[in-house]
Amino acid sequence: MLKREKTDVLVIGGGAAGMACALSAAKEGVYVTLLERESSVGGVLNQCIHNGFGLQFYHQELTGPEFASRLIDDMNMENVKIISQSYVRDIDVRKRVAQVLSPDGAYEIQAGALVISTGARERPFGSLLIPGDRPAGVMPAGVAQRYVNLENRIPARKAMILGSGDIGLIMARRLTLEGVEVVSVLERMSYPGGLTRNIVQCLEDFDIPLHLSTTVTGISGDGRLRSVEISKVDENFTPVPGTSRTIDVDALILSAGLLPQVEDFSDDLEVDPMNRGFLVSNTCESSTEGVFAAGNNVAIFDLVDYVAAEGWIAGRHAALFSRGVNTSGDRVPVFRGKNISVLVPGIVDMEEHLRLYIRLRKPMEKGVVVLKELKIEKKFSYGVPSEMIQLVVNRDKLQPLMNYGKLTVEVQ
Amino acid sequence: MEGHITCVICPVGCKVSVRKEGVQYTIEGNRCARGEEYARNELMMPKRILTTSIGVSNGTLPLVSVKTPRPIDRARIKEIMKEIKNLSIAAPVAVGDTVVEDIDGEGTPLLATRAVSCNGGREKTTLPT
Repeated sequence: MLKREKTDVLVIGGGAAGMACALSAAKEGVYVTLLERESSVGGVLNQCIHNGFGLQFYHQELTGPEFASRLIDDMNMENVKIISQSYVRDIDVRKRVAQVLSPDGAYEIQAGALVISTGARERPFGSLLIPGDRPAGVMPAGVAQRYVNLENRIPARKAMILGSGDIGLIMARRLTLEGVEVVSVLERMSYPGGLTRNIVQCLEDFDIPLHLSTTVTGISGDGRLRSVEISKVDENFTPVPGTSRTIDVDALILSAGLLPQVEDFSDDLEVDPMNRGFLVSNTCESSTEGVFAAGNNVAIFDLVDYVAAEGWIAGRHAALFSRGVNTSGDRVPVFRGKNISVLVPGIVDMEEHLRLYIRLRKPMEKGVVVLKELKIEKKFSYGVPSEMIQLVVNRDKLQPLMNYGKLTVEVQ
Repeated sequence: MEGHITCVICPVGCKVSVRKEGVQYTIEGNRCARGEEYARNELMMPKRILTTSIGVSNGTLPLVSVKTPRPIDRARIKEIMKEIKNLSIAAPVAVGDTVVEDIDGEGTPLLATRAVSCNGGREKTTLPT
């Protein structure tokens, strides 16, 4: 039997953004339904068992599961219906009607407002275009993390890690602690991708070498990975002849970055080509009225604290929209100036404070973020692409934007 | 005692060098006072928070994540991990439950960081032999 239900706010995805969103919407007094594909909510926080989360959102250092359990406990106090192990079979984004399958039956859910908080996926091995065999033992770092931390399976005896993003560094330490020999971490850039703290505490603490300007140029193995060929690369990432060598490993762990999970909705909602995530305003509204998005499907954030904070804002605006309260004001687009890759939001709404998130294109020893039309500048030193720069502008100060019809953000 | 340390207090990542001359330490390369304190601690006795997981019997999950609530002696982490590998606890587990009272001989406990509920007694069912 198809269960026809109505809800004020329907949240798709129960990770950090979705949970914070459901909680803040419920606190506005509306009825909230949260859809989660796994048997419990929490998302990637459940497998991020290391510490370092929560310093901004909870003013306390927590592990991933502790961060999630705070949100879960708070949600349990509110009017949130969680449908776990659920799957959105079809969705009409404009009418906000979702067809949902779950172990307790099929639902058709009509929502007053929709929030998409589907997070991100790891960049797949196939997109790296590495020549050679396609054996078992090559896996993204998040999959390895799930095996080790949730499923009690150790996926390697001797592993190499490709990519020095934080997930790769964290897994280098985690696998070492579990008795796996981690041969080395490779990074094709000339500088490490992850935080200095993780270079020190995940690699140097365990004498794991980090090879910069180096990548994997070949894979061999019949059934199971047997060895990889690694080579030095020049500044265009072209392998330098005569530098290749073969190293025996039974696992290659990829830390090649995350991609916002947008494809199921990208026909209906606008996507920012640089962020690769949904284009949203500072009220977290997408290009379709009444449809909101928050978290890593908007852009890849560096801190879960930012993801939860954005989810919180999305929840409040979705709740107000579902009650017919118009909270949006005049809007202007945001333009990306030089030296910036990731930039959130894409639109400024005058009725909400502006929380800007910026990623640099390359490391800069010194720089200044300029909000041109607002004549606001913020200096920084030692900026790196792995750490976002966040700027908050009170909504009272946004009015000058109306004279220009836009906001330009650049880094000098 | 002598060495080089990368300070991780802030993103600058100063390369700090420490030399001992008699009873005096010479600390150089740090751009602020926090770097000096960090370098001193790192050389004397580096400490780290340990996060890992241990087996759960009769739980809805095979593992529960755990942490030391304060940093422990980095040099002892390897041997402590060996000890942890042989441990398991019975469900239910709540966040903050003490899994081990004293993991490092200094009174540092091991605390659960996730809740794991009971698996409805399924594992207690005895199969006919």
